[in-house]
Amino acid sequence: MLQPLRETCRRLLQDGTVQVVIGYGQAVRAVEPYPVFITDPDDVGQLVWNEQCRTNLVKYLLRKEIRVLGKPAIVVKGCDERAIVVLEQESQIDRSQIVVIGVACDGMAEPRCEVCDAHQPRFADHTIGHATNVAQPAERRYAALCEFLEQPPSDRMAYWKAELERCVKCYACRQACPLCYCERCIVEKNRPTCLDTSATLKGNFAWHIVRAFHLASRCVGCDQCSRVCPEGIDLRLVNLSMARASEASFGHRSGTDPQAELVLGNYSQQDQEHFIR
Amino acid sequence: MTNAASPTPVGEFEPKIVAYVCNWCTYLGADLAGTNRLEYPANVRIIRLPCTGRIDFNLIVKAFEIGADAVLVSGCHPGDCHYTSGNYHARRRWILFRELLATLGIETERVHFAWISAAEGKKFQQVISEITSQTRDLGPYHAYREICEV
Repeated sequence: MLQPLRETCRRLLQDGTVQVVIGYGQAVRAVEPYPVFITDPDDVGQLVWNEQCRTNLVKYLLRKEIRVLGKPAIVVKGCDERAIVVLEQESQIDRSQIVVIGVACDGMAEPRCEVCDAHQPRFADHTIGHATNVAQPAERRYAALCEFLEQPPSDRMAYWKAELERCVKCYACRQACPLCYCERCIVEKNRPTCLDTSATLKGNFAWHIVRAFHLASRCVGCDQCSRVCPEGIDLRLVNLSMARASEASFGHRSGTDPQAELVLGNYSQQDQEHFIR
Repeated sequence: MTNAASPTPVGEFEPKIVAYVCNWCTYLGADLAGTNRLEYPANVRIIRLPCTGRIDFNLIVKAFEIGADAVLVSGCHPGDCHYTSGNYHARRRWILFRELLATLGIETERVHFAWISAAEGKKFQQVISEITSQTRDLGPYHAYREICEV
């Protein structure tokens, strides 16, 4: 897998199709690979591919310091690729100006990989390898959430209280999220004043409600937010709840269909309203 | 209003209800209830906003932060929005937002939604009375307030 990946990248750089390749490189001491930005075809040897390539690199497509390097090629897994689809739907990127190198992935030993149905990239310009794992059935996708929701509300609240108490408001979850791209985040503005931005439990709840809801029906479940959290707060459950609601109510799975209409920002007269008096 | 007829005994729980209403329908519905002398519980604090589409989900959270026991969000019936589609957009938002509240363990039975038109003073009275008595049965909402006091 690694050799064809490096060859593809070398070719793209050599013939001038792209000016930079965003991929995974091997850190000297750390086990986790770190992102590398390769501009010289002779440096493609820095690229690696292994079971530790969990990071979703899509965020780097939006970073100004990467954009100035020229047209990019990016190495993605089937799951990361969904973020590119959403960015295109939301007019944040010009897909024709990006070369997507999809690498087949049989899982990175993460909880979400156990329920993955995107082992093989679907929208990539170049696909490397063939995934052998089969797609998991849809019912399994939200099993963790369903189990959590069996608890009474007070227990759920207690769980989040314990989790969010540890939040230090570093906003790493936001910085790493491929779909959090506002130039200026709502918590860095003076308005709305109803939003508490303090680093207290109250402010932490307010932040995590905002973060989750601004990603409602957009989050692709790459789990990058949970992965980068220095306090190990697992945000999967809130993200899953929004994904489940948008799939159940609007039949929308973020990033799986480039032609699909976005959920929020559109409406249908047939939307359910059993909860409205 | 109702309290004038039957004052609440001292120390008994009186729910605080925050109602975010749209300027064009529900606010006028509330106004009609008033001009028709329809009595409804004085537990409701009405906050008028331009449109249900304007009602930010943060406002619902904020109401609980500052001590609301229940929140009502109310606007024009589908098809009646002054801005054509504000209530449709709001409806979608609530469908998702209710799920988020449930996941976080915030009691969704304390968040109410209604369509009340400018002609429905009677419905406004009924909805407020229902919510007040329901909230009275549920008791004060401490869970979220405790978070805010830490």
